[in-house]
Amino acid sequence: MSASGKTGEGGRPAFRLTDSTLRDGSHAVAHRFTREQVRTVVAALDRAGVPVIEVTHGDGLGGSSFNYGFSATDEMELVREAVATATRAKIAVLMLPGIGVKEDINRVAEVGATVARIATHCTEADISEQHIKLAKSLGMEAVGFLMMAHMIEPGRLLEQARLMESYGADCVYVVDSAGAMTIDDARRRVAALRAGLSIQVGLHAHNNLSLAVANSLAALEEGADQLDGCTTGLGAGAGNCPTELLVAVCAKSGIETGIDPLRMMDAAEEAVRPIRPDQGVIDRDAIVLGYAGVYGSFLLHSKRAAERYGVDAKDILLELGRRKMVGGQEDMIIDVALELARERAG
Amino acid sequence: MKVPCAIVGSGNIGTDLMYKLRRSPVLDLVLVAGIDPASDGLRRARGLGIEATVRGIEPILEDPASYPIVFEATSAWVHRQNAPRLEEAGARVVDLTPAKLGPLVVPPVNLDVHLGAPNVNLITCGGQATVPIVAAVARVAPVPYAEIVSTVASRSAGPGTRQNIDEFTKTTSSALAEVGGADTGKAIMILNPAEPPILMRNTVFCALGEGYDADAVAGSIVAMVDEVAAYVPGYRLKADPVFERDTYTTPGGTVPARVVVLLEVEGAGDYFPPYAGNLDIMTASAVRVGESLARELWRAAGLSERDGARDGARDGARA
Repeated sequence: MSASGKTGEGGRPAFRLTDSTLRDGSHAVAHRFTREQVRTVVAALDRAGVPVIEVTHGDGLGGSSFNYGFSATDEMELVREAVATATRAKIAVLMLPGIGVKEDINRVAEVGATVARIATHCTEADISEQHIKLAKSLGMEAVGFLMMAHMIEPGRLLEQARLMESYGADCVYVVDSAGAMTIDDARRRVAALRAGLSIQVGLHAHNNLSLAVANSLAALEEGADQLDGCTTGLGAGAGNCPTELLVAVCAKSGIETGIDPLRMMDAAEEAVRPIRPDQGVIDRDAIVLGYAGVYGSFLLHSKRAAERYGVDAKDILLELGRRKMVGGQEDMIIDVALELARERAG
Repeated sequence: MKVPCAIVGSGNIGTDLMYKLRRSPVLDLVLVAGIDPASDGLRRARGLGIEATVRGIEPILEDPASYPIVFEATSAWVHRQNAPRLEEAGARVVDLTPAKLGPLVVPPVNLDVHLGAPNVNLITCGGQATVPIVAAVARVAPVPYAEIVSTVASRSAGPGTRQNIDEFTKTTSSALAEVGGADTGKAIMILNPAEPPILMRNTVFCALGEGYDADAVAGSIVAMVDEVAAYVPGYRLKADPVFERDTYTTPGGTVPARVVVLLEVEGAGDYFPPYAGNLDIMTASAVRVGESLARELWRAAGLSERDGARDGARDGARA
């Protein structure tokens, strides 16, 4: 890749964009997406030219639970609705081994999803072997998703990415689940994977430090092949890289995306903004996620626990960061809230 | 006299089990069977004066009367090969692998029901830690849905667990219903790589219908924790059971409340470091099951509990 990164040649997109509004955005709506919302959002994104749309419970297949929140509508119905609505876009799903199981992948493949994104904590790639292999055997595209990637150095991240490559993944993502990466952090991790893998490399950014677009552009300069966005940023924590912003900035920078910037703005304003008009505010608790390196989907659970137990959400989040909690440990929010409440009482 | 027993499998689990069985007043560990001459477990067994073999289960099949109780700590695949041969030889098998050939057993919940089974299975570490709590709730209130989150230190999860993480979640889920008494269940497993390693953590959520008696539920949970702690000393509540009211649309129906039970398991530090409470609870449960089987054999032989225990204690003192 040239030093100036990817711009796309002959009108071909310089990278592939996956819009995760209907998956990461599920956190922001407490997993209450309806079939109608899925239909409206998929239609708008498809019209704008978004090539891949991810639809699942925020914590992936099988995420509907006490720990993460129950889905208002069965995610299989939502995936089915998305497949039926899309005319061009591929439908992707997220799956975390330990939460979902292989049967879930079989079921979404039958329903018509064609991209399986298999996510593990950044040091635990070896639990994804069976799931990546199953997705490939079903003819799906398999994407490895290394979460909380800010927690380890680029060299160690590459070792984990190589495991996913060896299982047959078509792409491995650097996932900034805590929105904790500075531009340099993102750049060095993408560069390490790009240099050390023969498959595609992606970046999934969060906006807790207001760097999601900047980090995505830095990733492109380092040769990233795939990027994630969420329309209006709708997602965990302060949200993700806003797809309509990324597309607009790319257009102004001469980076081909294959997505119509004005239609993308329409999708944001008309299809997604009404779902959560306040999306995009980076409040103190959201900044704390990025500052202390805390998993983004802990935010709303922590706010609720703070209210229930009369403690401060910021203090819960800081303690979760100190304890080095990883994605999926939402149960520890109650543990920390109770401890803080006891300290306050004592 | 103590009842002689054998361990098949000289890996991490088998070796930790060896140290615990050495302390048993009821069981006499007389053989550790492996296949790898370089195994650390076999070397340690010999160091303790216990017979060690690299011929797998062959010595047991050649002389089954000398090994009435066999602990299998190999892998599900190996146990599926071994189980029919051990059963034919008349051994009572305590299965620590995920093979699930015999009934699923959690000592304080259903061990007495299955003492006659030729082969009993110990489910998973998460199952041993959480099923008792679900059962404790279910004995005083209907549980339409139970869910558990089991978090272990990355360093305590071996390659078998890692490659078969679905087996863990599915087996544990089914045990929450089959053994715990919930109508439906879900299990989640998380690996946490923090250094120093975290102690095993388990969180149990039980859905509660209107009209539950919070004092009865909490009292039943606390009593059950004491029962488990009697054989897993590092098993404890992190906080009093918490009752949370909201509208929860669970797979078992919509309910107005849930009880949340936060547990921690610190290991005894026998072969594994104390953070590996997940491995400790498996081997401690296996000892508990084996000792009950041994008492059953005493009864069958016409020995009273006291006779057996006295002989056992004398044996232990001599060792």
